Amino acid sequence: MARKSHVQTTINGETVEFLCEPRQSLLEVLRDELHLTGAKEGCNNGNCGACSVILDGRLVNSCLVLGAEIDGKSVETIEGLAEPDKLHPIQDAFLENAALQCGICTPGFIMSAKALLDKNPNPTEHEVRYWLAGNLCRCTGYDKIVRAVLDAAAAT
Amino acid sequence: MEKFSYVNATSLKQVTSLLSDSGWGEIMMIAGGTDLLAELKEYIETPKTLINLKTLPGMDSISADASGLKIGALTTVAEIAMHPTIQHHYTVLAQAAASVATPQIRNVGTLGGNLCQRPRCWYYRDETVSCLKKGGDLCYAVEGLSKYHAIFGGDPVYIVHPSDIAPALIALNASIKIVGPEGEKTIKVEEFFTLPAANPFRENVLEPNEIVVEVHVPKPNPNTKSLYLKAREKGAPDFALASVAGVFEVMGRTCQAASIVLGGVAPAPWRSTDAETALTGKMINDSVSAKAGEEAVKNAQPLNDNEYKVTLTQNLISRAAMMAVSK
Repeated sequence: MARKSHVQTTINGETVEFLCEPRQSLLEVLRDELHLTGAKEGCNNGNCGACSVILDGRLVNSCLVLGAEIDGKSVETIEGLAEPDKLHPIQDAFLENAALQCGICTPGFIMSAKALLDKNPNPTEHEVRYWLAGNLCRCTGYDKIVRAVLDAAAAT
Repeated sequence: MEKFSYVNATSLKQVTSLLSDSGWGEIMMIAGGTDLLAELKEYIETPKTLINLKTLPGMDSISADASGLKIGALTTVAEIAMHPTIQHHYTVLAQAAASVATPQIRNVGTLGGNLCQRPRCWYYRDETVSCLKKGGDLCYAVEGLSKYHAIFGGDPVYIVHPSDIAPALIALNASIKIVGPEGEKTIKVEEFFTLPAANPFRENVLEPNEIVVEVHVPKPNPNTKSLYLKAREKGAPDFALASVAGVFEVMGRTCQAASIVLGGVAPAPWRSTDAETALTGKMINDSVSAKAGEEAVKNAQPLNDNEYKVTLTQNLISRAAMMAVSK
């Protein structure tokens, strides 16, 4: 029978333990078990990027990772970006550029932008577009998103 | 998704012995999971047990020496795309890997998984359709909607193989190491893939208890120019409508040898010997490259909705040949 997995992991710098069924995705664990609802479920099959989180330094779709697989690993989600009294520079840049309309895609875009800027602090516009290609915005506000990421890079 | 139990792999021996009793589908292997989890969510596969291969030691690295490359099956697509030696000396492979899906998927998708991924045919991926590939009577693409289906080698199942990396590896004359209960064997990647006429249910020669562990790529000659061209329906990440993996040995504008393997047009990566013959030993110019494209598609058999792939493939080959001799 399918036994629940016991998982010990680090999420946004804090040690977290949980039980999950093997079939639960990391996205389901984050949202339903740990109540971190920043990562969104869009397509649930890896097309839209709304569920993007950073796993051991690598950007992933949390809908395509099993919760059981993050045992011993480190996860960064949108909830871990802002400090209590201060937004992250990427969040500031999204606000300044009005780089969101309905907002569903925004947590995913910001995590993808963070994964990019962590590795490449001064990307070209072409690089921003290439590395954000795994995120879809159904409001089609791509231009402002790209500008926000370039502004965030310039500001840090 | 149905319930399953989950086992972390500890050794290849353990994996092959767990698999050996099961036939297809009861016990399945998961690496990156980007293909498999989508199948589980759609109830295309309903395994009782998943074996997590990512806990296998020593299968996720790339080593390069004077004889060539060894790439472990658990190496991610992103690592292949970004590897400086691969970008420089095995350009077609780096370009093919960089063209796969999205950053998120390349970061977890593995080499082994990319080669063993299942078709994207919309009839195959629909749990309510019992098509020939899934043991039914018909390939619905023949009379149905066939925009993304095969123009070569389809009969009787007109899927296309979705891998970008496979055509690149075949064009580079790579080999694949497979481990089963009786030990290991190495075969050409070209011989790994099979057509539906040989087996309508699978896309490669793997037995249910075998696992891909490594790929070897011989180092190309110094005068080699290689490239991967991929046509997609949209600028954003997508599977290939048609793609060309080209490996050319060139001297000036003369093509001394050509290896041309197509993706997205057949149920397996499709070597175009007609295009290779049309280019080999020739000074490449507009008319020679155009002729190679024409030769490549002369035996194409498009379905109702995919005749555009014939022109697309023809032009991609011509373009690849011209690019091989450009600065």
